Amino acid sequence: MEAKLAGRRSASSFVRSDVFQRLVILAAVVLVYLVFFAASPSFRKYTTVVQICSNMYYLLLMAIGVTFPLITGGNDLSMGTGLICYSLVGSFLIRINGWSIWPAMLVTVLMGVAIGTVNGLIVAKLELPPFIVTLSAMMFCRGMGSVLTNNFSGTWPDGAETGAWFRSIFKIVLRTESGRTPVPLGIVWMVLLVIIMEFVLKHTRVGRYAIAIGSNKEALKLSGVSVVRWHVLAYIISGFFTGLAAIAYAATFSNITPGQGAGYELNAIGSAIIGGTAMTGGSGSIVGTFLGVLLISVLQAGLPFIGLNADWQLLITGCILLGAVTVDMMRHSKRA
Amino acid sequence: MGEIILTMKGIDKSFPGVHALDRVDFEVRKGEVHALMGENGAGKSTLMKVLTGIYSKDAGTIIYEGKEVDFANPREAQQAGVVIVHQELNMMGHLTVAQNIFIGREPRKGFVIDDGAMNKEARKLFVQLGIEIDPKETMSNLTVAKQQMCEIAKAISHEAKVIIFDEPTAALTDTEIEQLFAIIRDLRSRDYGIVYISHRMDEIKLITDRVSVMRDGQYIGTLITEDCTKEDIINMMVGRVIYEEPKTHSHCPPDAPVVLKVEHLNAGKMVQDVSFELRQGEILGFAGLVGAGRTETARALFGADPKQSGDIYIDGNKVDITSPKDAVEKGISYLSEDRKRYGIVLKKSIVENSTLATLKEYTSGLFINKPEEEKVTTQYVETLQTKTPSIHQLVINLSGGNQQKVVIAKWLVNDSRIMIFDEPTRGIDVGAKQEIYELMNQLAREGKSIIMISSDMTEILRMSDRILVMCEGKKTGELDIAEATQEKIMNLATRDIDMQEGKK
Repeated sequence: MEAKLAGRRSASSFVRSDVFQRLVILAAVVLVYLVFFAASPSFRKYTTVVQICSNMYYLLLMAIGVTFPLITGGNDLSMGTGLICYSLVGSFLIRINGWSIWPAMLVTVLMGVAIGTVNGLIVAKLELPPFIVTLSAMMFCRGMGSVLTNNFSGTWPDGAETGAWFRSIFKIVLRTESGRTPVPLGIVWMVLLVIIMEFVLKHTRVGRYAIAIGSNKEALKLSGVSVVRWHVLAYIISGFFTGLAAIAYAATFSNITPGQGAGYELNAIGSAIIGGTAMTGGSGSIVGTFLGVLLISVLQAGLPFIGLNADWQLLITGCILLGAVTVDMMRHSKRA
Repeated sequence: MGEIILTMKGIDKSFPGVHALDRVDFEVRKGEVHALMGENGAGKSTLMKVLTGIYSKDAGTIIYEGKEVDFANPREAQQAGVVIVHQELNMMGHLTVAQNIFIGREPRKGFVIDDGAMNKEARKLFVQLGIEIDPKETMSNLTVAKQQMCEIAKAISHEAKVIIFDEPTAALTDTEIEQLFAIIRDLRSRDYGIVYISHRMDEIKLITDRVSVMRDGQYIGTLITEDCTKEDIINMMVGRVIYEEPKTHSHCPPDAPVVLKVEHLNAGKMVQDVSFELRQGEILGFAGLVGAGRTETARALFGADPKQSGDIYIDGNKVDITSPKDAVEKGISYLSEDRKRYGIVLKKSIVENSTLATLKEYTSGLFINKPEEEKVTTQYVETLQTKTPSIHQLVINLSGGNQQKVVIAKWLVNDSRIMIFDEPTRGIDVGAKQEIYELMNQLAREGKSIIMISSDMTEILRMSDRILVMCEGKKTGELDIAEATQEKIMNLATRDIDMQEGKK
């Protein structure tokens, strides 16, 4: 009797566990991939895999970043327009001011860090609602990108230009007997980053306190932790990763148009939530976020192959997001 | 009792418009449990917040272990060994037990938090306290009682010397309270100085050595618990005498018409085949242990939770109640035990709350008839003697007792005839409790019928005309107040458990 009871309990607690949830998303990714694989012969090509990877980097970087503010119970809406703004400025420095690639990349990332810091300070110190703060930052970045660069449509070095090597951080082209084979090197860095950031989230104070802030900020304060510092840090991480995303974006796409970018952050936030991060704060994981990004990216890449355009992709992503949140809510309400 | 470890002298604290503490004195000795009593708003919590550095004091001295101290924040107080186990549990539900206990001072290897070491330390603490909790369990999965024990473990791990318990038993069952008391007694024997804040008179007699009483921000006096009676303490608290006499006979005439009849109500595991009648002008007490299914029965009756089967008759007519809206239309109201979550909108005014359930009646065309709304609110604020500077005061600024009155007003405005009070006096101080009791009696006299769910035995015996006892989702008995005793009720409330124990 006892053993049977214990067995039942552990089975149901497994269903509620985060591991189970991640397995479900992983299964969904595999399933979606297989559906496209079966439906379209051209999807099966190696180049599709490369394309999925390339399109995923900037989204994943933003999603990793935003997972931290989300876990604190906050948000970061400034990532999308921020990304465009930072990479425009980087491009401007290279093209107009003649900077070389290294300092340009550095400034691009630092701008992300700066905006993240400002967001964080306002949210943590003045205790303004993160939604409003980062919404303002979103508009601010959109304007700033255009103003700073005088509405300049940016490009980063490509082809034979000096500095074009930075693109090979994400994709290298191998010359083999059968011709030129692109290798999505970026995915290696991404997997590494996911592992590192998962570790940061679960085993260092930055992550632990982010969870604690999202769970019960007052309690953390009463425990004698200087909450403001750690709260700001969550937004700095988000800004830093947006900076990285700006570089990944510049490396993937040839043109950066001012005024764009609004909405990218919603994809990133959506991915994190599909991956099990709660909007209410306190729970989430980077691995989950990664899986969420994979799901969205595979969908994004695959739907055109079965004749469905970008509108369909949005429509389906919306349904998946709603489904994921509903399932998550039901899973947790059973606990009570 | 040992030597004095903490002395607070002439502590003064003002907030804009309120003189919260007026030259208050207080002391704690090693190895004593010192009760701090007073009505809500008397200044107990403020005094403890000043002590632990959450508030700064305007005047006065605090001497701790022979030295004058002035803790700038909770962290300094903690480091010195003065900690609070808070009333509203200060837990981070998403983290594990050990992570909660060691939050803010995690053992680390470089940047990496050493969770292994943390779990080991936590386990040691629990062994020391003689409680069984898995340090790796997620906090939100624990019962309130166990969460509280984690808070105690946290306090001890701070090498505390003075531990302050702020209403620790508010959400505990009787067995859990006993467990808590065992721990507190153990701490006392190990020379901790313990401050115990509570409203429950029985507990004070049971667990404390001395009682200090505060009223309106002032220190009234200190008594040795053994040498004083409940009445002594209450007199000091309210400055007037309150009688806590049980009812001896039903105030409801036996031929009063049956207003509500429930037959074979089933709703999940917690409500199994429950039947009862409620007469006009009667107060029917629902007694039982926490988790006996009383609230669930009320919620199923009220249409807040789905029911599988069962018939409900009002005035002899069968009615169909599938949602709270149906129930409200039939004249039933439900005053939830969790006022803040279900009963009231804290950040709205008394007026807005009072007419919340009946707004339709105060609306002409598109607009709300404000003067009418204010008129009816004023009327109820007066009849219920709600203490407030204005009917436009936000409910969040009222005391617990007065919030409860606003909830009652809401339903009176709605002309309810059958009122379900779920733990009506939880978290309400003695003086306001008395007023709520009088109000309920008055409502019954006016012909309203009341179901009162209460875990407080004194309250059940004091208020009910008839008592229905539940245990594990089943009705185990019904007693007229004339024949009811604590023992009989307890027997019925544990009957089912005993039967199951017998089977094993």
